Amino acid sequence: MNGPFSIRNWRTWFKAAPLFLRGYGQTLLISLWGLLIALLIGVFAGIALTSRANGRQRALAAIMRGYMSFFQNTPLMIQVFIFYNVLPKMGVRLSVTMVGVLGLALYTGAYAADIVASAIRAVPLGQTEAAESQGFSRAQTLWLVILPQSVKIALPAMTNQVVNLIKNSSVLAVIAGGELMYVADSWSGSNLIYGPTFVMTGLLYLAICLPISMIARQLEKRSVRNV
Amino acid sequence: MFETWARAFQKVFTPQILKFLGTGLLNTLYIAAVSIALSFIFGTMLALMRSRKLGALTVFSTMYIEAIRNIPLTLFIIGMRFMTRLPPLESGIAAMTVFTSAVVAEIVRGGLNSIHKGQWEAAYSQGFSTVGTMVKVIVPQALRRIRSPLIAQFVTTIKDTSFCAAVGTYELSFTSKIVASHRTIVTAQDILVVYLLVALAYYLVNLMFSTIARRARDNGAKGFVK
Repeated sequence: MNGPFSIRNWRTWFKAAPLFLRGYGQTLLISLWGLLIALLIGVFAGIALTSRANGRQRALAAIMRGYMSFFQNTPLMIQVFIFYNVLPKMGVRLSVTMVGVLGLALYTGAYAADIVASAIRAVPLGQTEAAESQGFSRAQTLWLVILPQSVKIALPAMTNQVVNLIKNSSVLAVIAGGELMYVADSWSGSNLIYGPTFVMTGLLYLAICLPISMIARQLEKRSVRNV
Repeated sequence: MFETWARAFQKVFTPQILKFLGTGLLNTLYIAAVSIALSFIFGTMLALMRSRKLGALTVFSTMYIEAIRNIPLTLFIIGMRFMTRLPPLESGIAAMTVFTSAVVAEIVRGGLNSIHKGQWEAAYSQGFSTVGTMVKVIVPQALRRIRSPLIAQFVTTIKDTSFCAAVGTYELSFTSKIVASHRTIVTAQDILVVYLLVALAYYLVNLMFSTIARRARDNGAKGFVK
């Protein structure tokens, strides 16, 4: 059998499989760190967007809106190009992995902020009033009453963002990020074996993204039921 | 400090570079526009197949949508470029259509599901066939409800065209990468000016669509009374 899916091609691919698994590990590692930092950014920016009691808080909210607007409306590709090419010239030396984590975190953080902000807004006002009537300070109300409740509201949308983040990590192929898509692109290019490479790479992404998507769908269903 | 910036602007804002980036922008808009138009057609078909009980067709569309949505677009772009003989722009369009159809299908399906069952029953009772009900009653109402997420998908699609840079298609991101690695573009400021100029172009196009999407949402909320 000849053609892109010949048995010989499959055999060659399976010999190189450990290379792909290492790339897969790198994809998962970058995604995990990116997610953790994106969540921190999201919570911080989400709180900043919803607390506008005084001038300083309003200024912070405006800065956060500017950050979100830029990072949501420009492609991650350009953002990664900027971090990868400009930072070293300014004396900041980061490994490709760190550039990847930074880019994914800032990009996903801009979306996470929207999710957190609307989750905070979705907690009924009565909760705030009840907490204040019991003598809670603003910070206590936020941390002990509002945020715990908004976690449940934000969870389905945030889970969908995790899938996007993992898929978006594939842009790092362009800066030789060493993750799965880079391995797939460079290995298939130098060995001229495309068929098995694309099928197996697709399956590897599917293996992590599909379960998370299904969890997100279940969470969505449950939150619709509870409303 | 000020001088390096001034020189950076001088170096980047030359007719040659701007013309080159302009071609990139046009290619980006071309890929995005054709992809979204094709994706709308195929996406609607997939959504109809998935939302009605049509046996094998429903199974196919469900599997297609779930599989494609959980694989990165980059893989389709690389695969389409190297495994077919399509020219660069067309292979980009083909890959983006394969991917975006699945995304649009879920948006359309959400709209179809939001139409009350009574609409079907009313149309049947008036003697409409299934196809007639779908085309004349359900789809028009669903389309109005999904206007906003559909326009928001434009923004995503325009950003997604940047993934075509992975295979060296001359869209805006790849042309900017070429400009940034030109021998005259040296300092951090030079490179920043190139990328921020390109980011601004993406930003303005996307801002236009985000604003339209928000307007559509505000209007859509009013229901059937305009």
